[in-house]
Order: sequence, then C-alpha cells, then structure tokens
Amino acid sequence: MSAAPLLRARKVGKSFGAQRALEDVTLDVARGEVVCLIGPSGSGKTTFLRCVNQLERFDAGGLWINEELLGYREAAGRLHPLPEREVARQRRATGMVFQRFNLFPHMTALENVIEGPVLALRRPREEAVADARGLLDRVGLLHRQDSYPAALSGGQQQRVAIARALAMRPELMLFDEPTSALDPELVGEVLAVMRDLAGSGMTMLVVTHELGFAREVANRIVFMDAGRVVESGPAGELLSNPAQARTRDFLSAVLG
Amino acid sequence: MMPARPGDEAEDRHALDIALLPHVRPRHWGRIASAAVLLALLALLARAFAQGQIAWTVVAQYLTWGTILEGLRNTVLMALAAMALGLVLGVLAAVARASPNPVLRAAAIFYAWLFRGTPVILQLLLWFNLALIFPVIGIPGIWSERTVAVMTPFLAALLGLGLNQGAYTSEIVRAGMISVDAGQYEAAKSIGLTYGQSLRRIILPQAMRVIVPPLGNEFIGMIKTTSLASVIQYAELLHNAENIYYANTKVMELLLVAAFWYLVLVSLLSAGQAVLERRVSRGVLRLARAR
Repeated sequence: MSAAPLLRARKVGKSFGAQRALEDVTLDVARGEVVCLIGPSGSGKTTFLRCVNQLERFDAGGLWINEELLGYREAAGRLHPLPEREVARQRRATGMVFQRFNLFPHMTALENVIEGPVLALRRPREEAVADARGLLDRVGLLHRQDSYPAALSGGQQQRVAIARALAMRPELMLFDEPTSALDPELVGEVLAVMRDLAGSGMTMLVVTHELGFAREVANRIVFMDAGRVVESGPAGELLSNPAQARTRDFLSAVLG
Repeated sequence: MMPARPGDEAEDRHALDIALLPHVRPRHWGRIASAAVLLALLALLARAFAQGQIAWTVVAQYLTWGTILEGLRNTVLMALAAMALGLVLGVLAAVARASPNPVLRAAAIFYAWLFRGTPVILQLLLWFNLALIFPVIGIPGIWSERTVAVMTPFLAALLGLGLNQGAYTSEIVRAGMISVDAGQYEAAKSIGLTYGQSLRRIILPQAMRVIVPPLGNEFIGMIKTTSLASVIQYAELLHNAENIYYANTKVMELLLVAAFWYLVLVSLLSAGQAVLERRVSRGVLRLARAR
C-alpha cells in the first residue's frame, strides 16, 4: 500500500458548544508532500491542525495517520475514545509548531529539545543531546544551546521550537501560523528553516498567511472557509486561477 | 567637542567652566531626621528594659536550657512535618482541583472548605480529643488500638496543623498552576508527554516561581502556629517555656527566651526563602540580572 496517504481525513467535524468549527473536512496528505492551509480567520484551519495533533478531539468523521485511526477505536459498530496514554503515543507521529512558540521558559534551548526524546521516547540522555545539537545546528542555533528562551528573539525561539518538534522524529510536521507572532524582519529566518525542511522531504501541513511561501514551497494549497474545504489544488494554480468565488474574494482581499 | 558656532568660543568656555564645577549629591534631610527620631525612641526603649524588673541573667541562663532547646527542636520538627504534610496534601488537592474529573474537583473543594472554615486551634482540640467519640480506632478485621494510645500530642498536632496547612497550600499551588500559560500544557502534550509528566516537568516547575514566595510566608507562619499545639500538651518551645515559668514564676524572662528563638528561626527561614526564590526563577531572573 505505498499509495496510502500519510494523513487521511474523511468528513471530519468538530463543534465548540453550539458552534460548528469543522464540517465534512476531507483531504489527504501524501508522504513527502507540503500542503498549506489558507483561509480567513475562523475558517477552521487551526482547529483542523489541532485535531490532527489531538489537542482537540474531533466529534465526527475520521482521521488516519499511516492507516491508524486517531483518537478512537472501533468496537461493536461505534467509535470509542482512546485512553490518554494511547493518544500520547499517537501524537508522537506528528510534530507541532505553535504560533506563540510555547517554548518551556525554565529550560535552555537544548533542554527544550531533549525533553520529549528523554521523557516520552525514553532515549538515553547522551544520545538525545547529540541529536538535539545536530538539530539546533540545522536551524542555525547551536551557539545558543544554553540560552533560555527569554534571551532569544522571536525568530530564534520559533527555530528552537521547530528543532524541539523534529527531535521526536515525527513523520508529519504541523505548523500553526508559525510566523504570525513574529516581527516582520524575523519572518524570513523561520521560513528559510521551513523551506530547508520541505527540501529534505519532510511531510508538512502548514496553516499560514504567507502566500508567497505557500506559492514557492507548497505542493498543494487547501482553501478553507466556515469550517469547510472550499477548494484545493496545486499551489500556483489555486493562487493564480482559483475556481471558487469565495477563494477569489479571499485572495483579492489578502493580496489587495 | 567643537563649539556649535565658530565665534561663540567665549560663551562655550563659560559653559565648560560651569560644567566642570563639582557636583554635590542630594542631601536626604528627611532620612537623617527620621533616623534620629527612631534612635531616640530606641534609646528610651532600651532604658526602659534596662530599668525594668527583668532578670537578664535568668534570660541568659535559660536561653540554652535543656528543656528550652528540646522545645526548640520539637517546634522545628513539628513545623517541618506539618509543612511537609501540608505540601503533599496541597499539591494533591490543587491537581485534583484542576482535574477534568468533577468528582475529584468536588472533593478538593470540600477539603479546602472544611479545613479553612474552622479555627486551627479547634481542629487541634478535635484531633486530640478524638478518643471521646471513638475510643478504639483501626481498620476492621486487620488492626485496632485504643485511640488515646495512638492519638499522641505529636500525632494530633501533626494532623491538625498539616491538614489545615494543606487546605491553604492547595489554594497557593492552584494559583501557581493557573499562572502558567495554557500553551505550555499543549506544547508538553505535543512532544508526547503524559499529563503526569507535563505537570511534574513543565507546569509545576514554572508554577514554583509564583508558589514559593507565599509558601515561604506560610512556613514562617507555621513556625509560630506550632505554639498553638501547647494547648494539647505538645512539648514545643512555648509549652516548655510556660512549664518553666509555672514553676519559677519568671514569666517575662521565659517569654523573652521563647521570643528570641522564634526570631532566630524565622530569620533563618527568610534567608533560605530568598535563596529558593532565586533558584526557581530560572529563565526569568537570570535574564533580568544579565541586563
């Protein structure tokens, strides 16, 4: 089954109280593919990403990574929620990069990166440190390994956060508006790291407002609005020649 | 520096003359005056004590008296034990309070309500007199014992002070946990940590920064609250001092001895608290000091 997608979403739905945040979201992400999720705020992009990482529990449809159903098990014709420990195990297949970085402020850059491998993967500390130093080097921050997050710029913090996510050796990297909280002059360094990551063949699902980045790096762009997928297609095509009116409206509003 | 305009050299020289005059530091007359007033009051107080009917030799004699030192040791022991029990109960109750499980949450709220809602001296008396309602305690079929034999002054004081402290500590720990950004829980989850691991490694260490100052305050309070255990015959500092002055009638002398030791203990704790506060501010204070 080499053709099976790494991430498969079928009719995924999610409500917050009375509000329907996701409805019928169906999409695939193939291994090695970079997919950008775009859309107006409140369109459900972030919620979908958080469902993939199981920070939110979807309440309709199904999500699979590597053909494994996320968050539920099937028994007697119903889907029963998995226990927390199983969810934690499933989560390790994905790495998450947050808009607000969420580095652990009481740990140095290096300690941030080795925390997951040592505690969740139970890898020997020396091995985790060697790995982490390699990852920090890759994001250009080996020289700041002993700095606390508060001493790093936003762009540097986000790059450490990317290294921290990569340290879990995920198969799928999730990015939730990774450059939205950055000062404009710091956006480039983070996008450069992401571009490098995409070039290395990492599968990535990126919620972003950086349409330039999407055009350049994404294989595919998915446009969402009001909790639904409106259209998806090859990056260049969707941006220059959208099929749906709503996509056109959004793009003209964003591009001005 | 060159003058701004050529031809203004005389003016500039004048400015330079002024600029090079010695600068006088501001005088704080208010500070000097208030210090003088305080020193005068202090002198009066010292004179009063020197002329007062206090047998200072008795104070000096009892400062290191065996019974007093034993009381001091018991006070420290009880404060440590009750604080340890309070800390364990407090953290458990705070975690229960933050739990998604409504039963645990309700239990934690009930615990804090019950033990914060009654005076601690009353709780001490309740534990100490437990034998009046339960003459025998035990686990049915496994073990039983006469309550008076089990409920020693030490155990009654430990339960009374520790359970009460736990209720207060739970509120402090809870405030600390709330102060940690929700993104920290999510980041911990996203790197595969279980709930317990994220509490232990990510949330509580950060909460400590908020928890330690009020907790140090509680510990200082506890040193002095142990004196309440004198009413249930626990042989702590004040209790032993009282026992001595009942015999020799040197009331003030022995109270001063006890006061001296309480002050010493609290001073040591304050110093320890400052060290601990720096330790738990990793990543925050270090930067502030580097600037």
